[in-house]
Amino acid sequence: MQRRHVVQYGAAGVGAVALMLGVGWWRVDGPGAPKPAGQRPLPLSAMDFRLTDHEGNEVGPEALIGRPTMVFFGFTYCPDVCPTTLSDISGWLEDLGDDAARMNVVFITVDPERDTAEAMAEYVGYFHPAIRGWTGPEDQISRAVEAFRASYERVPTEGGDYTMNHTASVFLFDAKGELVTMIDYHEPREFAVPKIRRALTEDVEGAT
Amino acid sequence: MTKLSYINGLTLVLLLSGMSTPAFAGSEDVVVENAWSRASIGVNRPGAAYMTVRNTGEDTVTLTGLTTPLAVMPQIHETKTNADGVSSMAPADEITIEPGQSVALEPGGLHAMLMKLQNPMIEGETFPLTLTFSDGGEVTVEVPILGIAARGPES
Repeated sequence: MQRRHVVQYGAAGVGAVALMLGVGWWRVDGPGAPKPAGQRPLPLSAMDFRLTDHEGNEVGPEALIGRPTMVFFGFTYCPDVCPTTLSDISGWLEDLGDDAARMNVVFITVDPERDTAEAMAEYVGYFHPAIRGWTGPEDQISRAVEAFRASYERVPTEGGDYTMNHTASVFLFDAKGELVTMIDYHEPREFAVPKIRRALTEDVEGAT
Repeated sequence: MTKLSYINGLTLVLLLSGMSTPAFAGSEDVVVENAWSRASIGVNRPGAAYMTVRNTGEDTVTLTGLTTPLAVMPQIHETKTNADGVSSMAPADEITIEPGQSVALEPGGLHAMLMKLQNPMIEGETFPLTLTFSDGGEVTVEVPILGIAARGPES
């Protein structure tokens, strides 16, 4: 009688452990696992790509570590989303005032064929002076986009031209290069500016 | 040819001449407000123009296309941003506006895409943009060109 109970409890215990292991597998490695491939960019320190800024300097992700960073993708032949994003960001930077000077703000083109360093220089010149334009060889652009878990695609248009579909979110990193948050396209300024301030605050905490 | 009538500074609305004869079914009651566009860098990049198209009449109207001397290929396009945050742009279908309703062409949504610019879009200048409707009517608006970093009709 007693002994049968022990066996029963033992079997139940083994079953429970097996169930927990099973649940654990399902949630971590199995089909229930969150999809990191989906969204979260790598830390800047784990990225590896070589680009050129709009002044002709060689740049890469390591150049961004040490200050909070805002990164977004686009292309200068983009008539709607990109100038809108660049003007939104210019507005956010104006709201931040002097704090804007403590940030890296980088616009990476997904259309290096048309966006040479000169084209980027001319384009970013119309927006907030903190905004830097990065371009480079297609394979390096592709590596950068991949590291941010972003995407882009060339789409032919009527009349022989092409346009680019691309991730329109703005990525915010702290001074250590860890992702703080993302600002979605069309997010109201009253949400965007506090998010940027958070990246700046984490910078202060990291420095002490 | 059409006649311009200017209303409050930047908003320039043109109504078809011959309004008194109701030759069209609806489009004569279309009013275009708050039109604006951004300056271009040269002519290689496409431009975009924004406005609100209001149907003040009692008939449904359908916006079918655009013409302008500024661009060889003006088209109404729509930007969409999906759940992954990826934005894409494609020609929009015909836009139907019910009586008393309006449609906003605004950044990140519907816009007048101006492909193959004939001239650079220069800040401070304006250009005429004609909206064509399914009833054969047309409405021409004089669109002010603002700075490249403009965010709306007032900036």
